[in-house]
Amino acid sequence: MTFETIMAGFGGQGLLFSGKVLAHAALIEGKELSWLPSYGPEMRGGTCNCSVIVSDDPVGSPIIAHPNILMVMNEPSLDKFEDTVATGGIIFVDSSLIERKVGRDDVAAVYIPATKMAKDMEATSLANMIILGAIVAKTGCVKCETVSNALRETISARKANLLDLNLKAVEAGIKFIKG
Amino acid sequence: MSSKVLMKGNEAIAEAAIRCGCRHYFGYPITPQTEIAAYMSKRMPKIGGTFLQAESEIAAINMVYGAAASGRRAMTSSSSPGVSLKAEGISYLAGADLPALIVNVQRGGPGLGGIQPSQSDYFFMTRGPGHGDFHIIVLAPATVQEMADMTRLAFELGEKYRMPAMLLADGTMGQMMEPVVLPEDTVDPESIPATKPWATTGTDMKRPHNIVNSLYLKPEELEKTNLERFGRYAKLEREECRWEEYMMDDAEVCVVSVGITARVSKNAIVAARKEGIKVGMIRPITLYPFPKKPFAKAAENVRSFITVELNMGQMNEDVRLATNCSRPVAMCNRVGGMIPSVDEVLASIRKEAK
Amino acid sequence: MAIVFQKPKSLTDAVLHYCPGCTHGIVHRLVAEAIDELGIEGRTIGIAPVGCSVMAYDYFACDMIEASHGRAPAVATGVKRSLPDHVVFTYQGDGDLASIGLCETVSCACRGENVTIIFINNAIYGMTGGQMAPTSLIGQVTQTSPYGRDAKTQGMPIRICELLSSLDAPAYLERVAVNTVAHVRQAKKAILKAFRNQVEGRGFSLVEVVSTCPTNWGLTPDKACQWVEEKMIPFYPLGCYKDRTQVA
Repeated sequence: MTFETIMAGFGGQGLLFSGKVLAHAALIEGKELSWLPSYGPEMRGGTCNCSVIVSDDPVGSPIIAHPNILMVMNEPSLDKFEDTVATGGIIFVDSSLIERKVGRDDVAAVYIPATKMAKDMEATSLANMIILGAIVAKTGCVKCETVSNALRETISARKANLLDLNLKAVEAGIKFIKG
Repeated sequence: MSSKVLMKGNEAIAEAAIRCGCRHYFGYPITPQTEIAAYMSKRMPKIGGTFLQAESEIAAINMVYGAAASGRRAMTSSSSPGVSLKAEGISYLAGADLPALIVNVQRGGPGLGGIQPSQSDYFFMTRGPGHGDFHIIVLAPATVQEMADMTRLAFELGEKYRMPAMLLADGTMGQMMEPVVLPEDTVDPESIPATKPWATTGTDMKRPHNIVNSLYLKPEELEKTNLERFGRYAKLEREECRWEEYMMDDAEVCVVSVGITARVSKNAIVAARKEGIKVGMIRPITLYPFPKKPFAKAAENVRSFITVELNMGQMNEDVRLATNCSRPVAMCNRVGGMIPSVDEVLASIRKEAK
Repeated sequence: MAIVFQKPKSLTDAVLHYCPGCTHGIVHRLVAEAIDELGIEGRTIGIAPVGCSVMAYDYFACDMIEASHGRAPAVATGVKRSLPDHVVFTYQGDGDLASIGLCETVSCACRGENVTIIFINNAIYGMTGGQMAPTSLIGQVTQTSPYGRDAKTQGMPIRICELLSSLDAPAYLERVAVNTVAHVRQAKKAILKAFRNQVEGRGFSLVEVVSTCPTNWGLTPDKACQWVEEKMIPFYPLGCYKDRTQVA
């Protein structure tokens, strides 16, 4: 099984980090993986994305042409990537930031008001982790509990005080899917 | 055995270099390789090493020249425009027969170009980047694991053949993260200069003075040094060529690619095989010396070659030379920071298979 | 019989290639004497430049490195960071240090690298046959300023000691000359001090030596020394421009 995930939005929304946590979870589970960021000036305030491949087989190209998982946190990213999603794929939309709906009927859409949920739990900048929780719960690309372990190992010393809040955000995303 | 860690290609180079006994890094910031400098600036002060942000790429390569002359494992890293500035220093390193590691994480050019991935320095690096008749060892990693492994290989080959060695990567390889097993930390940096009797480490009044130099005003002498050096290059070509063959056993079409495009090509080959097309790949790992052997062999069996490159067909020429133009060599390329998609490579394979 | 005068040990037996009357020979000797007196030959590494003194690597008996044009301070930095207990010096001319390598010179000084730089200022490119140097005087006729250096189109000469003295990091900057016996004695003191500073870990030291080029100036050795006195020294005043070694 191969999960090809693109996470896209504005610079500063933590998309590279949520991708890193997913990649690290795959590492912990002994899976094959790659993580590829967009880089350059676009990272500073423009659109930004990363591609994460998690697979049972060695990863060929780290570049994803047709993701089967798309996470979008702004409308330009939905516009840019919607058509590229593979048939049968799932698009995770932060519905507190993106008003429009997914136009295609050959892919599934999960609308999650992640930014609002994050605000409500006083974790404003952690909408990315809420959606990551939802992705993992919905697709099973890695196990939910592995994500928590990955977070513990990935979070920088500077932000270590935010670990619990991050864990709670992931949990909220999982709960959103599993109820 | 050490365990796998998740690292960017650039960081893997830096950590691998440290584990290989490199304690002297001199560099200047430029995208997309700056992570190497940033990593070194964090680690070196804690292990008694030197990280120095030089005033220019020119100064950085000359600091490497000084450290290499002193017998140290020294390195610098940059991206295409910065490597142009280093060319003078690389020529002097080659002329003085000094081993050193230079990393080039390529971006689009010419001029200021762009910052997205490229392989457009292929000619510049493989033909000897600088004035004069010389070569440097050029290695082309295609995974983060190879970024680490080839860092060690570059130091070792450079010292064995007394010449500068380069890791020639593209922006994607530098930026991407993959699991990597880092080399064991077994080299004592202090033990390295003693293995280099030619190094300028002070005479200690026990030997005649050593001179590190590339000036020979007598043409007879300069010719002699050039011929001796090319003798070493010939040995390098005989003994150190490296490449990977992928699904070549029954291949009728042969893709040739390095770095990120070799990864894209693998996906395309898997897809083409599903359609019944007999296609394989030769991935050169040493770009200088270029591995001619597998191409001579492949030319007997395949109908045509396709180079998949991020330039206007630079490696394409080496494939033509290696096969004596006995088979057509097509091209599937994008430039300026664009990367051919799996579909584009697949279309090219289909066309050649017809 | 007592020996009263001999060649310094730190000079090899190689025959110098310098022109008659050129003061490179004097300065080589002063550098070698300093190395001898400090007893550091076995742990000294010298960096030769591109220019007339390019072959200095054959003349000094310590380990030597030949650098590319202007990059000696960067090479010295690489050596010093590799061998911090060793003594590292560069020997550079005005084209090398003050023109093509100015960036390396200023940056090395700015970092306060603990190295010694001997800077030969003879206001001309000697090796290539007498072209204008960054330090050529206004009105000076050279191959590339055949009508005399014109400030309007060719700019003003650069004063390196004054320029570097504006930096915080250098430990010692002094300008000397070797056109008279008295000046040679002062130069010797300055060069010795510049090496001693490094041995004592005091930081960046540079000694600018106002020198001659009889061949390309078109003067006899004697007249060349006079020209230093009358033309060069008024524009390049001798003296100490910075000395942080006196401060505790």
